[in-house]
Amino acid sequence: MHSSDTALAEQFDDLEQQHEASSLGMWVFLATEIMFFGGLFTAYIIFRNLYLPAFEAGSRLLDVRIGAFNTAVLLCSSLTMALAVRAAQLGKKGALITFLLLTLLLGLTFVGVKLALEWRHDYIEGLAPGVNWTFNGPDSQHLELFFCFYFFMTSVHALHMVIGVGVLTVLIIMAWRGKFSPQRYNTVEMSGLYWHFVDIIWIFLFPLLYLIGGRY
Amino acid sequence: MSGHVVPKKLYILVFTALIVLTSLTTGVAFINLGKWNTVAALVIAVCKASLVVLFFMHLRWSSNLLRIVVASSLLWLAILIGLTLSDVFTRDWTPVPSNWEAQIQQDVR
Amino acid sequence: MGTATIETAIEPRVHYLNASYGIKSWLLTTDHKRIALLYLASITFFFFVGGSAAVLMRLNLIEPQGALLEPATYNKLFSMHGIIMVFLFMIPSIPAVLGNFLVPMMIGARDLAFPRLNLLSWYVFMVGGLFTLYAVIAGGVDTGWTFYTPLSTTYSNTNVISAALGVFIAGFSSILTGLNFVVTIHKMRAPGLTWFRLPLFIWAIYSTSVIQILGTPVLAISIVLVALERLIHVGVFDPAVGGDPILFQHLFWFYSHPAVYIMILPSMGVISELVTAFSKKRIFGYKFIAFSSVAIAAISFLVWGHHMFVSGQSVYAGIVFSALSFAVAIPSAIKVFNWTATLYKGSVSYQAPMLYAIGFIGLFTMGGLTGLFLATLAVDVHVHATYFVVAHFHYIMVGGAVMGYMGGLHFWWPKITGRMYPDGWARLAAAIIFIGFNLTFFPQYMLGYLGMPRRYAIYAPEFQVLNVMSSAGASVLGVGYLIPLVYLVWSLRYGPVAGPNPWGAKGLEWQTPSPPPTENFEETPIVTEEAYAYGTEETQVA
Repeated sequence: MHSSDTALAEQFDDLEQQHEASSLGMWVFLATEIMFFGGLFTAYIIFRNLYLPAFEAGSRLLDVRIGAFNTAVLLCSSLTMALAVRAAQLGKKGALITFLLLTLLLGLTFVGVKLALEWRHDYIEGLAPGVNWTFNGPDSQHLELFFCFYFFMTSVHALHMVIGVGVLTVLIIMAWRGKFSPQRYNTVEMSGLYWHFVDIIWIFLFPLLYLIGGRY
Repeated sequence: MSGHVVPKKLYILVFTALIVLTSLTTGVAFINLGKWNTVAALVIAVCKASLVVLFFMHLRWSSNLLRIVVASSLLWLAILIGLTLSDVFTRDWTPVPSNWEAQIQQDVR
Repeated sequence: MGTATIETAIEPRVHYLNASYGIKSWLLTTDHKRIALLYLASITFFFFVGGSAAVLMRLNLIEPQGALLEPATYNKLFSMHGIIMVFLFMIPSIPAVLGNFLVPMMIGARDLAFPRLNLLSWYVFMVGGLFTLYAVIAGGVDTGWTFYTPLSTTYSNTNVISAALGVFIAGFSSILTGLNFVVTIHKMRAPGLTWFRLPLFIWAIYSTSVIQILGTPVLAISIVLVALERLIHVGVFDPAVGGDPILFQHLFWFYSHPAVYIMILPSMGVISELVTAFSKKRIFGYKFIAFSSVAIAAISFLVWGHHMFVSGQSVYAGIVFSALSFAVAIPSAIKVFNWTATLYKGSVSYQAPMLYAIGFIGLFTMGGLTGLFLATLAVDVHVHATYFVVAHFHYIMVGGAVMGYMGGLHFWWPKITGRMYPDGWARLAAAIIFIGFNLTFFPQYMLGYLGMPRRYAIYAPEFQVLNVMSSAGASVLGVGYLIPLVYLVWSLRYGPVAGPNPWGAKGLEWQTPSPPPTENFEETPIVTEEAYAYGTEETQVA
């Protein structure tokens, strides 16, 4: 049963146990990520409460169109990721690779747009704390705090995305080499869970950073 | 062995709902609802996240154990935020006397 | 003097220690038992580094004006003592050594759910340890293990970022270990091993793992924010630029209070095993003890504000945290009652592991009761940041957790190494540790009550007698800890060979040879009896 070319790892008794263990493991890991980001959200909530005018002003300085576009990009990537897992379940190698590639491209689009359009713009405008902060209007101190949170939270999110992109690359190579089958697609499914989670973080970051700045 | 295979149509439906909700939340941001703007934004975000968790992440068809893991992490997040805010929001229930600097000078003397 | 089994086989039996040789077979192992030994070596090293810092501190405190050190150096020493002992010794100790070794064996599995992740945990731990050691060598850090702001973010001129980074990285090791245990215990129990047949050590490790999973990430983010603020001074925690220092304390203690339960719960699990094995009697109140572990893990997350009563936290929040802190003492007390009831009418024997267990019960009770003093808001206002607090947590951490660790190490030593140590020396060391410990820390209750602040390199002259007593005790305690190092290492070569079950104890781990084969069991065992089923059949001492 435990020959070297089955999908079953040595410590498990059967594939079902292995699958259940992997799922539980990944969900528990996502629980740790929820707490990790949770600390940041807690801090953000407190400071937004303390310095509401500055945080609203800061929010208005972000570009909603780019934010909304990026949100749509990530939602698309979740769709393609879900379809990739489905393709793996059904043993459709071509579809699997296609959907993984699309997910990868959408992820890169997100990161690219963020870097090239948003962060570069903020840097040029002197709104990058610690690197290039030249704003000297009213409430500059607290506006800088907002941008600190903005950059830090989106950076941590982006870092998770970059890791996700790395994982997708490995998956594509493995899929190309025929490593996945309907009996053996755990890795794709678990990577999918991670990817969706990163999308969910952005689902909360977008409104909390971009949309509650009193844009009316 | 294979887990539950979700029909493509369902995925597309969920995706469409997500895009609609995103448009909604973006649109609402430009309407003045006062403090309800934040509530609306969060409610819509929770709906979107729920759709992703239940359907894209298959929690709808998953075991009770996994659902407990998700519920616990959300509960713990609530504890972190809630108890911390219970401090921040009740700090000024015991106001500092307005002449506190003079008082300290007096006590020290 | 135990019965020696004479090996007459022509070829030595293959087990996990001799299954493969060479440094690569150890550094690239995925065998949970070998990884446990890697951790054993690491944490023992860190224990003595942290202990050396304590020795220097106690030497300095012989004189009111400081006998040895500049205050700036003293500050660095208590910080390093705290950081190393908490993050690099106490938190990994029982889970990563005894847990890694025993969890698969106690549940009848061949290994943990994720063996390679287990090895990664150890490497991550070592990297964290190296960053921390670098901070020591580069001149230390003086913020205390609590990294309070704005000292850590703004005013300290010491190696805050490298120390913080070390802690941050070591935290991931803790998270991964906890994750591995949770999945293993849920999914890899042997047939017939229902939750309520599990050894109580497993319940304790499970509860600990839940804390590690839910709490450590928040510590991680709090430390990253400190580093961020230190680099760009933007005002997250520094009040001079609009930040909130109490926010740091909330994020820090949200983890660090449950962390103290990470440190004590596994030890309580060990005590449950020891008390029942050395009373040859089924544990009293199995379900109460099992549920109390879970209750402690859950309630531990609701009480962190009791570290912040005088920090500027809202009084109303303080009242809530105080009340909840009383609640968390209840499950601990339940355990103590049940262990005591287990001893009653048991056939008690007093080998070294049992001496440690009994020492634990007494000292943990004292430490726990003084915790209630501290939980009482009105009392804490007076004893916060005094030696009363220091005595309280050392009674729990050292008188409790470390004694549990030593008891467990001695209990399972024959299983881990296949050798028995000389019990006479072991009992002597236990007695010396007990005496040294009390001489060190009991005076500190009095010092704290009389008003001596903690983390001070110098003190008022009227405190000298008690300080000298405490320092004398520390030297005795130090000797006590060195003795096991000697005879345990001696036993590896000269100790009598141990059979599968030298204590005649119940539990799956005792039904396999000592040392165990790499795959733990020839065949997956099938469990048909309750845990600790003493008295139902003759359990052979083998």
